[in-house]
Amino acid sequence: MSTEVLDKEIKKNKVLEPLLSKRRKKIISDPFNDDNPITIQVLGICSALAVTIKMEPTIIMAISVVFVMIFSSLITSVIRNYIPTRVRIIVQMAIIASLVTLVSEFLRAFNYEMFKTLGAFVGLIITNCIVMGRLEAYAMGNKPYDSVLDAFGNAIGYGWIIITVAFFRELLGSGSVLGFKVFEFIGWENFPTNGLMVDSVGAFIIIGLIIWVQRSISGYVEN
Amino acid sequence: MQQSNLYIISFTVLMTIFFGTLLSLTRMTLEPRQKKQEEIDTKKKILGAVVNVSEYDPEKILSIYNERMQSMVLNYDNEVVETDSKGNKIIAENINIQKNYKLDPKERMYPIFMYKNIESGDTEAYIFPMFGNGLWDWISAYVALEKDLNTVMGISFDHKIETPGLGARISSNEIQDRYKKKKIFDDTGDFISITMLKGENNKGINVHQVDGMSGATITGNGVNKMIFHYLECYSSFIEENKLDQAIKISKN
Repeated sequence: MSTEVLDKEIKKNKVLEPLLSKRRKKIISDPFNDDNPITIQVLGICSALAVTIKMEPTIIMAISVVFVMIFSSLITSVIRNYIPTRVRIIVQMAIIASLVTLVSEFLRAFNYEMFKTLGAFVGLIITNCIVMGRLEAYAMGNKPYDSVLDAFGNAIGYGWIIITVAFFRELLGSGSVLGFKVFEFIGWENFPTNGLMVDSVGAFIIIGLIIWVQRSISGYVEN
Repeated sequence: MQQSNLYIISFTVLMTIFFGTLLSLTRMTLEPRQKKQEEIDTKKKILGAVVNVSEYDPEKILSIYNERMQSMVLNYDNEVVETDSKGNKIIAENINIQKNYKLDPKERMYPIFMYKNIESGDTEAYIFPMFGNGLWDWISAYVALEKDLNTVMGISFDHKIETPGLGARISSNEIQDRYKKKKIFDDTGDFISITMLKGENNKGINVHQVDGMSGATITGNGVNKMIFHYLECYSSFIEENKLDQAIKISKN
């Protein structure tokens, strides 16, 4: 009897919780800043270095990661009670790898230039620690809708950082934004582009600066 | 139950079948489109040696290509090859230059693309694909020579992972334009090739040299080696047709 009441209570709660309740908003917004996968958890650094020379490939990369994360979290969460615990990591890998291959095939068919630029890196989404980290830490234990929100939050948290890094690297390294020559446009013809910015070192410096700014605002200290 | 071996095995088998089917279906559906994209990409690179392709959309590139480009495939001894060892027809655009590069120069196939004048049908430029090694990985080029087979009309470089801002500059217009109007033979008709110099802003550059790229000497050396090597491989064709042109010119 008591469990029945409890069940009803839970069901009631479930119905009552708004689509974007405070708790759910927090699931999405936490990874933007306070729990950012790159700057706080320091995950996914490898691709943050590799693809951020120009903004355009970075944006495509961010969109691809959003897609892969949302759908892998959704699929994992839907079948989470059927996944045998002993092979769960392999199952997660299979889901991610299939989605990544889909992205890569679509790029190859619809944006061949991007496929050539990003080729190897799209494949590397499979090993992007953020994707699997969220599946293992969240989607395996939560309901589909929450998992999708969590994935979306983390993917955007990852995306905005790499796009910011790319913005500065392209601006200072190539003197342009999305291929548009900014400095020539404002009449600064011989803007000295910085070779360091087109190298991976430039990404380290900018990520470091972002982490610095973010942590001095939030007061976050690593334990 | 969920931990039993039978469950785990059936689960993985089902999962594999599901994702396998999904991926192969996607591949099958998208394949024609992907093939077309690859075709456009190759033709764009070939055409890129003679015209500025960045202004054209893919359809325009294909139509110009079909209208003005002709191709043939030669072997090392300057004989036209039409079929491979299995009797299949060889299409110049489909020849994998990278695979060919790994073979002995005498066993390679050498595609040549001819850029025709629409009205007269005369060849305006001969385009030679080339392949070699840069600093990190492969580099490739399409070199277009004018009909005298001496003057460079244009060049388009490609590379896999040369350093952005340094070696990767070879695929920028800035560097490629430096090759325009350079000559591969000297006045007496001796083969010289074209050399990229070390360092940038060199003074007194002659007609067989181009200014180098600062900080990318090894990529530059790779480019020089590639151009020299392939021009040598194509030399019998170039010598023969250069002679033809000379006769035509003297007749006029």
